[in-house]
Amino acid sequence: MVEDLIPEMVAICGPDAVVTDPLELRTYECDGLTAHRCAPGLVVLPETAKEIAAVVRVCARAGIPFIARGSGTGLSGGALPRTDGVLIVTSRMRKIIAIDPVSQRAIVEPGVTNLSVSTAARPFGYFYAPDPSSQVVCSVGGNVAENSGGAHCLKHGFTVHHVTGLQVVTPAGDLVWLGDGTGAAPGYDLLGAFTGSEGTLGIVTKIIVKLTKIPQLITCLLAAFQTTGAGGAAVSAIIGAGIVPAAIEMMDALAIEAAEMAVACHYPQGAGAVLVVELDGPTADVLADLAKVRALCEQSGATEIRQADDPDERAAIWAGRKSAFAAVGRISPAYIVQDGVVPRSSLGSVLDEIARLSAACGIRVANVFHAGDGNLHPLVLYDDASPEATAAAEELSGAILDLCIAHGGSITGEHGVGVDKSKYMPKMFADTDLDTMQLLRCAFDPVGLCNPGKVFPTPRLCGEVPGARRAPHPLVASGQVDQF
Amino acid sequence: MDAMLTELSRACRLTRAAEDSDAVLGVTPRYVASPADAGEAGALMRVASGNDLAVVPRGLGTKLGWGTPPTRCDLVIDTSRLDKVVEHAAGDLITRVQAGVSLDRLAETAAGAHQQLSLDPPPGCPSTGTIGGVLATGVAGPRRWRYGTPRDLVIGLTLVRADGTIARSGGKVVKNVAGYDLGKLFAGSYGTLGLIVDAVMRLHPQPAAVSYAVTQRDDAQALSEAVAAVAGSELAATAIEVDRESRDGPVRIAVLLEGDPSGIAERSRLLAKLLGEGTRTGPEAPDWWGRSGPATAPGTTLVRFAFWAAALPRAFAAIDAAGHAAGVDPVITGSAATGVLYGLLGPEADPAAAAAFVSGVRAAIAAGELDAHLPGVPHQSLPPSQASAVVLTSPPEVRRSLDPWGPVPGLALMHAVKDQFDPGHIMAPGRFAGGI
Repeated sequence: MVEDLIPEMVAICGPDAVVTDPLELRTYECDGLTAHRCAPGLVVLPETAKEIAAVVRVCARAGIPFIARGSGTGLSGGALPRTDGVLIVTSRMRKIIAIDPVSQRAIVEPGVTNLSVSTAARPFGYFYAPDPSSQVVCSVGGNVAENSGGAHCLKHGFTVHHVTGLQVVTPAGDLVWLGDGTGAAPGYDLLGAFTGSEGTLGIVTKIIVKLTKIPQLITCLLAAFQTTGAGGAAVSAIIGAGIVPAAIEMMDALAIEAAEMAVACHYPQGAGAVLVVELDGPTADVLADLAKVRALCEQSGATEIRQADDPDERAAIWAGRKSAFAAVGRISPAYIVQDGVVPRSSLGSVLDEIARLSAACGIRVANVFHAGDGNLHPLVLYDDASPEATAAAEELSGAILDLCIAHGGSITGEHGVGVDKSKYMPKMFADTDLDTMQLLRCAFDPVGLCNPGKVFPTPRLCGEVPGARRAPHPLVASGQVDQF
Repeated sequence: MDAMLTELSRACRLTRAAEDSDAVLGVTPRYVASPADAGEAGALMRVASGNDLAVVPRGLGTKLGWGTPPTRCDLVIDTSRLDKVVEHAAGDLITRVQAGVSLDRLAETAAGAHQQLSLDPPPGCPSTGTIGGVLATGVAGPRRWRYGTPRDLVIGLTLVRADGTIARSGGKVVKNVAGYDLGKLFAGSYGTLGLIVDAVMRLHPQPAAVSYAVTQRDDAQALSEAVAAVAGSELAATAIEVDRESRDGPVRIAVLLEGDPSGIAERSRLLAKLLGEGTRTGPEAPDWWGRSGPATAPGTTLVRFAFWAAALPRAFAAIDAAGHAAGVDPVITGSAATGVLYGLLGPEADPAAAAAFVSGVRAAIAAGELDAHLPGVPHQSLPPSQASAVVLTSPPEVRRSLDPWGPVPGLALMHAVKDQFDPGHIMAPGRFAGGI
């Protein structure tokens, strides 16, 4: 029983770092995905890596599952607790241990917020590039678990491209370093495999990240189009011209309407779609690219183009985009935030199909997305007072993922699989693929106590002999790839 | 015809008895098989695992002399027939290629859409290796400063496990976090976890214009200051390389800029100003750039040093002290701003002296001389070592007197991963760090 561990947890972390009160435990019952809730059996708030290692050793010995949680902003239920488990919260581990501008590295504890790394690096002329939209509160430890991206990963890459060392507590309770900070450590790239493993391979206790030089010029352009199709054509034209903007974001009419109501962002009235294109880099290069982007937007039928030349104007352009998720709450009682990816070249046809699906079932969809890398965030709007509407919304949300898979994309670009999408994994991967990934899990966590039940649908036990394949590979079945 | 050859031929039509020229670092296999597709590769691996045959994958063989010799080798799986560019989705900036496709061929395909795979060969390597080999060895040259290494550019992988199971991870979209990323795990694994059959790689647009700025410094301290100035500038260099022929000679610096022609002109001017008098700028790379081209002469010792970039002057000091003590004077070249340098000793170098040189640098690393040196940071907040010296290739005498890989952090977990993927230890046994 998890309650039996309380005295040992108190001995390790101290009495004020162990939460047992049922009311207080309920504040940890979900992460950013509130549809899944479960009060943890016990919460601990350790302050050091050694304390986490000791907590994990106690759990491992007792056979009690444990789950790590950073700031709890995840959108796939990756930090969903278990009633029979211990939730290990890293929010008290908030030290920025070192900033080394010459090596372009920072060492931070897992509870440090994403934005505060950039804030600490700014006096040296650097920033931390991955910038998920929750960057004010989300933790770097959580970013590592989810391999977080953000609007600017089109040019700057994901968390995995910016981490060069991890101190982790293994599921056996050992404190181990993966990578040595150089980015060229000998041996298997366990650091790369661990990043994005959604807390199933261990708990991060220190992170060495790369710092990126603040660009000489950042500029931003807002272009309005009559349709998302025209906006999509502009995106293809920009990429086709060999330009790699820092970000290309798109919003459709419904998302624009919601943002307008929420933050009065004053995007061009009546626009069917807006594109936000941000360019960064050396001044002369940015200005040259900016002229090209303007011209390409005009050629693609832009009805209005605005340009932000200072941080305030840039913030004004981004205000609408950044508010979009929360803003749809004003036009709908409830909504599902979906996260899927399609090849950029399929954007137009996928959006058309989403519109058809939406019309067919009478459920509205507001589209907000990272257009540059084909990462869609359809917001499925419904009335949660109606069981029929709720069911229809969930069905539509799933159908959108099916579309992504059918076009050769992915069921998640940045929110993770967590508990929310593990049931879709067999649509994207064959049993043999999932079994093979499971080998990595078994190497780290043979007993299966570390964040169990996430990412994989009912995984085989380590050492279990795989059965016969139950079906052809889903991509083979759909005719997208040839038979191996 | 022996019975095993018959069985292997049933799995893969093009299977033959091996010849002396098929040897992997002196270990001659019994058979060489060239599968036509993943199905044949899977069938081969089933035969191999069923009969405890040790397998070494081989592309064009340009880096087959790297790493440690296999403890045994029965079957070489040659990827030359896995030579298809399966897909090049230019609008999505990705390509899916089979393992045996050469970098040259891939470059040609991508260039058709003004795109590139942003990887250079490291020093001493020809540019003609295969994508499978490049992934398996995880190598990268000058442009790693901007684009990273193979692990940063692989977005999907198809592999054959030791037991013949065919599996995929990732996909063909750049942004994708569904499932474990086995591409990262296999990048740099030297064939010890399984056979890479195909890979989806991220491409980049070819730059509209390039410019190199070339200059030199008299000593490592001045060099380090110049490198740090460029790396810390807003000029957004694509590569920052250094090169030194001899301990007593100057160190050359070359910086690559890529981008819009008007931007390049302006940045070249600023860069020349930053690097000072005597800086030449132009579209041509200096002849020593990346030191790629002809394959490393047999008998060359190639060592890769990695450290935090701020340790650059101390890395030079340790390399010079070790070289002086061992009586060797290696060429030093590499991507200084990323903290990666290579030491090259020609075949004429005395193997004992070459080994002493590497041991000398490792002793300095063990003594903390190449560490990050972060004031006020307790050592338990840092990795146990923050630098490494790996012998990528060398004459057998050098390998025999020291472990080419040196100390490897996290080795216990690496053994656990190996045991899961290849419980019978038939995939390139002994080729990798820690005896894996």
